[in-house]
Amino acid sequence: MRILEGEGVSKHFGGLAALSNVDFHVDAGEIVGLIGPNGAGKTTLFNLVSAALTTKQGVIKFKGRKITGLKPHQICRMGLARTFQSVKIFGNMPALTNVYIGSLFGIPAGTPSAYAAKGAEELLEFVGLSASKVTPAKDLTLVNQKRVEVARALATKPELLLLDELMAGLNPTEVAQAMELVTKIRDRGITVFVIEHVMKAIMGVCDRIIVLHHGEKIAEGTPQEIANNRAVVEVYLGE
Amino acid sequence: MNSVASIVLNRSFQLGLLAVILIALATLPLHYQGYNIVRLLNIFMFVVLTVSWVIFSGSTGYMSLASAAFFGVGIYTSALLGDKLPIAVVVGIGALVSSCVAFLVGALTLRLRGIYFAIFTFGLVELIKHLTLWWEINMEDRRGRLVVYVENDIIFWVMLSILVATLLTAYFIRRSKWGLALQSIGENEEAAAHMGINVTLVKVITFAVSALFVGASGAIIATRWTYIDPGIAFNPLYSFMPVLMAIFGGMGRLLGPVIGAIAFTYLKEELGTEFPELYMLIFGIILIVAILYMPNGLVGLIQRLWIRGFRRQDADT
Repeated sequence: MRILEGEGVSKHFGGLAALSNVDFHVDAGEIVGLIGPNGAGKTTLFNLVSAALTTKQGVIKFKGRKITGLKPHQICRMGLARTFQSVKIFGNMPALTNVYIGSLFGIPAGTPSAYAAKGAEELLEFVGLSASKVTPAKDLTLVNQKRVEVARALATKPELLLLDELMAGLNPTEVAQAMELVTKIRDRGITVFVIEHVMKAIMGVCDRIIVLHHGEKIAEGTPQEIANNRAVVEVYLGE
Repeated sequence: MNSVASIVLNRSFQLGLLAVILIALATLPLHYQGYNIVRLLNIFMFVVLTVSWVIFSGSTGYMSLASAAFFGVGIYTSALLGDKLPIAVVVGIGALVSSCVAFLVGALTLRLRGIYFAIFTFGLVELIKHLTLWWEINMEDRRGRLVVYVENDIIFWVMLSILVATLLTAYFIRRSKWGLALQSIGENEEAAAHMGINVTLVKVITFAVSALFVGASGAIIATRWTYIDPGIAFNPLYSFMPVLMAIFGGMGRLLGPVIGAIAFTYLKEELGTEFPELYMLIFGIILIVAILYMPNGLVGLIQRLWIRGFRRQDADT
């Protein structure tokens, strides 16, 4: 089943085509990677899906329903959550409150707050942060701030999670832990769509990879196929 | 644990104390008349303005300078309707009209961030002031108008009721899910939106709610002034004072803006009567010192001394 699909998605910033006519889809239960050199349009695509940006060209569907034109909070409540390339946490709030806000607002109204609080604790433990519950999020290390973001996104009970460069700036041990986390998220029944620059990680966890270059999709396939794709190799290594 | 501290921090003790203060204040005009009642009225008014400002701007970080606009709308409501309707109704209408203005302005401008929002809201005060002025001069051939007379006691009780309503609203917003949404908007609006918070709705409604009390207090205080004109009603001072008072008191707790407004209004009046020429100068110096040495305001300072005091006592025993 296609949980997310886009047809002819384009986005222009002034004269610059950040995305031109991109078709893509994500199936339920998959981990799909989105890669490409800097400026390829990866984050723009995520921003369009999560409605941080809007476009009139192209259609994006989530669970078969058109979501282009909706507001970010509506998309979140439909079950599509995301993290950000540069962390956007609630810095002065404790880590637990960050997650609690996700579980309080991210799902259709009427969730009892006690239930939300319990869910938040469980998720903080899931990402391995139960020791830092009361620490203001801004005092956490980068890797832990990213974990808070993941827990906060998971708290909204998503069916699809967009992870934007979860592993950027992490050391090898942390990258390994992050890869494990991504797999564990999928094991909870959540489809994952990731942007990543760390090749080892992306090749290791993804079922399928989409490659963007200058706003266009140049390849799509299993990690193996992508690694052997001439166009991709050219883009990354030069001819 | 220290026995004094445990009594002071006890919840039912605090509630009891608040009830006693409220009863004392409410019965004050019955056995006491004079200038001090008027003074208290001024303090109430500034507490209302400051706490209302903090309800919206304190948590979201959107610095609104529109207080004077909402205040003035309340004042003009009173001037226009004061002799036609009972005063309680007039105050209610003043509150609602101000709130509607805030709702419209909010819906149009809350996409502006930071300094742009501050400038726009300040521009709003001037815009309404000059529109009213133009209207009065060109359409009605007059400037300013008289406001109906209301007894001091009535003004006092109405203002006290507005004050209680403002404080209760601020308290419950702070403790609620809604307050958490406001705070997260202040921390990071984009993330808040992606967490399922309808940020536009939360901001606009809170802005409108905070204007209710500002409009109401304008409507009642106008009756004390007997004559108003656009310059008096839309005085930008009522936009800046709440901001300064909130900073002076500290915004971390609800008590901060309250104490800030009380101390500031008192100081303003004392200095204004004792040193009429130097008062602005002294005032400025106090403010600078406060900002430099009390980053969390008066309440932050008291808290720090309080904690230090206990440490010393603990060390002694």
